[in-house]
Amino acid sequence: MTKRQLWQRFTAHIDPMLMLGLSLLMFTSLMVLFSATDGSWLRLGGQGVNILVGLTFLWIVANLPLHYLMRTALPVYSLGLLLLIGVALFGEISHGARRWLNIGVGTIQPSELMKVGVPLMMAWYFEKHEATLTWKNYLIAALLLIVPVALIARQPDLGTALLITASGFYVLFLAGLSWRIMGGMAVAAIASAPIMWNMLHEYQRHRIMMLLDPSQDALGKGYHTIQGMIAVGSGGLLGKGYMAGTQTHLDFLPERSTDFIFAVYSEEFGLIGTVILLAMYLFVIGRGFMITASASTYFTRLMAGSITLTFATYAFVNMGMVCGILPVVGVPLPLVSYGGTSMLTLLLGFGMLMSIETHQKLNKT
Amino acid sequence: MKRHVELKNHLKEIFHFRLRLAVSVVFALTLIAIVLLRLLYLQVWRHDYYQTLAESNRISIVPIVPNRGLILDRNGVEMAHNYSGYTLEITPNKVPVSTDATIEELGALVPIAPRDKKRFKKLLAESHNLESVVIRNRLSDEEVARFAAQQYRFPGVEIKARLLRDYPFGDKASHLLGYIGRINETDVDQLEENDLAANYRGSDYIGKTGLEQSYENELHGTTGIEQVEVDSAGRAVRLLSRTAPISGNTLVLSIDAKLQEIAEQAFGNYRGALVAIDPTNGEVLAFVSKPGYDPSLFIDGIDTQSWDELNNSPDHPLNNRALRGQYPSGSTIKPFMALAGLYYKIRSPSRTISDPGYYTLPGSSHQYRDWKAGGHGMVDMFKSIVVSCDTYYYGLATELGIDNIHAFLSRFDFGKKTGIDLEGETSGLLPSQEWKQKRYNQKWYPGDTVSVGIGQGYSLVTPMQLAHAVATLANNGIAYRPHLVREIRSPRAGENRVITVEPEIDMKLDPADVDLVKRAMVAVTQPGGTAVAASLGAPYHIAGKTGTAQVISMKQGEKYDASKIDERHRDHAWFIAFAPAEQPKIALVVLAENGGHGGGTAAPIARKVMDYYLLGKIPTPLADLPDEEDAPHD
Repeated sequence: MTKRQLWQRFTAHIDPMLMLGLSLLMFTSLMVLFSATDGSWLRLGGQGVNILVGLTFLWIVANLPLHYLMRTALPVYSLGLLLLIGVALFGEISHGARRWLNIGVGTIQPSELMKVGVPLMMAWYFEKHEATLTWKNYLIAALLLIVPVALIARQPDLGTALLITASGFYVLFLAGLSWRIMGGMAVAAIASAPIMWNMLHEYQRHRIMMLLDPSQDALGKGYHTIQGMIAVGSGGLLGKGYMAGTQTHLDFLPERSTDFIFAVYSEEFGLIGTVILLAMYLFVIGRGFMITASASTYFTRLMAGSITLTFATYAFVNMGMVCGILPVVGVPLPLVSYGGTSMLTLLLGFGMLMSIETHQKLNKT
Repeated sequence: MKRHVELKNHLKEIFHFRLRLAVSVVFALTLIAIVLLRLLYLQVWRHDYYQTLAESNRISIVPIVPNRGLILDRNGVEMAHNYSGYTLEITPNKVPVSTDATIEELGALVPIAPRDKKRFKKLLAESHNLESVVIRNRLSDEEVARFAAQQYRFPGVEIKARLLRDYPFGDKASHLLGYIGRINETDVDQLEENDLAANYRGSDYIGKTGLEQSYENELHGTTGIEQVEVDSAGRAVRLLSRTAPISGNTLVLSIDAKLQEIAEQAFGNYRGALVAIDPTNGEVLAFVSKPGYDPSLFIDGIDTQSWDELNNSPDHPLNNRALRGQYPSGSTIKPFMALAGLYYKIRSPSRTISDPGYYTLPGSSHQYRDWKAGGHGMVDMFKSIVVSCDTYYYGLATELGIDNIHAFLSRFDFGKKTGIDLEGETSGLLPSQEWKQKRYNQKWYPGDTVSVGIGQGYSLVTPMQLAHAVATLANNGIAYRPHLVREIRSPRAGENRVITVEPEIDMKLDPADVDLVKRAMVAVTQPGGTAVAASLGAPYHIAGKTGTAQVISMKQGEKYDASKIDERHRDHAWFIAFAPAEQPKIALVVLAENGGHGGGTAAPIARKVMDYYLLGKIPTPLADLPDEEDAPHD
C-alpha cells in the first residue's frame, strides 16, 4: 500500500466539506482562547488536547457502519438513564445542584451523555416502527424524551434540560409529528407558563427576571450580561484588534474562555468578524442539512437532521445569551468555548453525520 | 398494485420529509438572522453608547462593602468592632511613573516602613491592576492633612476612609473570636462553590478562624451597589442608582467578657485551656486557650517576622488547645467510670476493695501501680473518687469491659465532636475493639482496658469535650449542645433571633447514682480530698475532680519526680468542677500544661473563675502560682 492509499483509507469516512467547516471553527477557538486567557499557552495546549481527543472519537464514529451506530442507541440511552437515576440518588452537590456522579476514577455528568443518547434513541425507535407509525409511537417517543429531561431539570440544570428537549423535539418534528399536535403543545406551553414559573427554582426565576432587567443583579449574573453586551457593542464594525479588547484584557468580562468567549471574539473582531463566524456556522449547518437531505434511511435522516438543528440551536443560545436576548443558561459556544466535554459531545455528533454521509455513499457505489 | 402503493407512500414520505427539512432550514436561518440583527443593533446602531460605556467602564459598578457585624459578650461588651480609619492607597495603573518611585516620594511625606512595602508588594501581586492597593494604614490625622495638601503631586494615590476591624481584648479571647484576613484564592474558590462570590465583590476580608469564620455568613452582611458614570479621568460624574448595603448581623455571645479576662489572667504563665459552661442550657461562659496571640496582626496579612515568632514558638500560641488539643483525661474520667459501674450494676456503692498499691490482671505478674505507693487500704466507691484510687478503677474497668465503657462514655459525647458552634473541633479518642482493629490491625488486650480505667492508654479528650461531659453530669445526665452565640441581632429592627438549645439527650441516669458521685466530688474539695485548696473558705460547695495527664511514660518500678524532669515533660494538670454543687450554675474544665498536680495548679484557677461568676469577686492581682505543692499527688 502506498502512502497515498493509506491516506485515502484513513480519510475515507471523513467528509471534506464538513471537516473544513469544523476546522475553521476549531482554529478560531484556539485563536480567541489565546487572547481570552491573556496568552496562556497552558490553556491553549489544553484546548488542543480537547480537540485531538474529540477528533479521535469523531474518526472512530465516522468509521462505524450505520448498523453499529444504531445498535448503540439502546445501550447508550439505558446507561445514560441509569446514571441520571444514580445522580438523583447519590450525586455530588456542587454550586447548589446535583449534577455529578462520582464513579471512583472521577466525576461524570451524565446529562452530557444524554445530549447524544436521547436523539439517538428516539431516531432508533422511529426506525424500528417505521412501517406502522401511529400516534401511540409518537407518544412513546415523547416519553423517551420527557423522562431523562425531567431528571435533568430536577438536578436542577434547566439549560441542559431545555437543550435536550430541543434535540428530542427536532426528532419528533422531522419524524412527522402533526402540525395540529405541535400547535396544541404550543398553546399548552403558554397556558402552563404560570405553573412552570412557580415550579422553577429561586435562582432560575432570578435569571429570567434578570434578563428583563440586568441591572437588578448588577454584581451577580446580571454583571455577566451587562459586561458581555458592552464588549460586543464596543467592538463596533472593525473590532478593537486581536489581543486588544479592553473588556477582555482589563478583566471586566467574566467566564471569558468558556461561556462568554463570543464576547471576546466580538470585541476584538467587530461586526466583520462576527459575520465571518456566523458564516462558518452557517457553512457547517448547511453541510449538515445537505447530508440530511441525501440520507437514505429513516434513522439517518432523523439523526442527521436533529444533530444539525441542535448544533444551530447551541450556537444561537450561546450567542443570544452573550448579546443579552436570552438568559444566562451556561451553554458554551459550540466548538469554540474552552472545555473537553462539550467538544467531545459535539464532535461525536459530527462523527455520526460523517458516518451517515460516507457509508451510504459506499453502499450506493 | 401493492408495489405501486409502496412506491407512492415512499415518495410521499420523502416529500413530507423534504418539507420538514425545508422548514428546518428556514428555522436555522431565522436563528442566525436574529443573532445577526442583534449584532447589527449592538455593534453598529448602539456602538457609540457601548463604546462610551467600555471607556468609562473603570468603576461603572461600585460595590459598597457592608459594615461587618459586631461581636458582643452577654452583657453587651464589644469584643470585636469596627472603627473608621484612613488608609493610603495606590491604584497602580493610574500612576504615571513607576510605583516604586511614587512610594519613595510618598515616604518623604508619611513614614512608610519596610514592612509596609513588603505587604504592598504581596497585595499587588494578588490584585487586579484596576484596584487600589493599601500602602499604609492607620494614618494619623496629621499624616492625612500632610498628604492632602500634596495630593496633586501624586496622581493615582489617594486616601480612603475604611472601616477597620479591631479586637479590644487583644490576645485575650483570640482563640474564641478568631480573626478576619484578606480573601485569598482558596477563599475565592470556596465562595464561588457556594455561589457567594457576587456578595463579596469589593470585600477584602473574610473570617479566617474562630467565631469570625464560623459565623461569617451572619457577620458579613449584604453588599450594596452604586452605579456611577465616570469620565475618562476616572472621576464620578453622575450617580445612576444606589442600593444600600445591609450591615452584618451582630453576634451576642454567652461569653462573659469579664469572666473570660479573669480566667485568662488566672493562668499566669501557664499554658493550657479553660472552658466554662452553664450546665442548665449549654451556654459557654468562658473559652480560654493559653497562650493567645494578637488577632489584629493577621488582618492585613501577617509580616514574616511576627509569623515566624508565632509559628516557631515552643508554646504553640496558634494552637487552639480548648477546641483542638487532645490529651489523656487522666483521673478526671473516674467520676464517669464510677457512674458506668453503677449503671451496669457492676459495682455497688458499698463494695469495698483492698488496695495494696497496685493491680494485677488474673494470670499476669505485670503490676499496674497506684499513684500512691502502698495503696489506700480499704476503698469503696465514694472513697475511690475522693482519694482518686487508681487500683479501684483498674479493677472496675476490667470488670466493665471495653465494650460497656465505650457505650457508656459515648453517651457523654466522649470520642465525638460536641457540636459547639466553632469550626475545626477535634473529636478526641474513645477507644474500642473495633477502633484498635482498624487503626493498628490488632486485637484488644485486657491490659488496654486497665489503662482506660484511669484515663490513660489510648483515650484522649479535648478540654471542650470534657467540659461538655462535666456540664452534662452537673445537670444530672441531661445534655445540651454547647454554644457560644445566644442571640443574632439583625441591623433591621425586630429581626433578632434568640438561640435556644433543646436538650440533646436525657441519659436517664438513676438519681441515686448521680447523687453518690456528686457527693464524692464535693468531698474531693474538702479536707482529705485531692483538691482541698480549691474550696478553702468558699461560701458554696464545689464538686470537683483532679487529674494528671502523663507527658512521658514511666518505666516499671521508676518513680516520678517532678524536680528531676525537664519542665516541658512534666505532667499536665487537670481540674474539673461544678458549683454550687447542689444546683450547679457553672461547670468547668481547667487544663494547665506541665502544671504537675491538678489540685495544686489547675484548681486555684477554677476557683477564681467560680468566685467571680457566683459571687462577683474580682481576684487580687495574681500572686505567682506555687510551682510545687505538698498537696496529695493526683
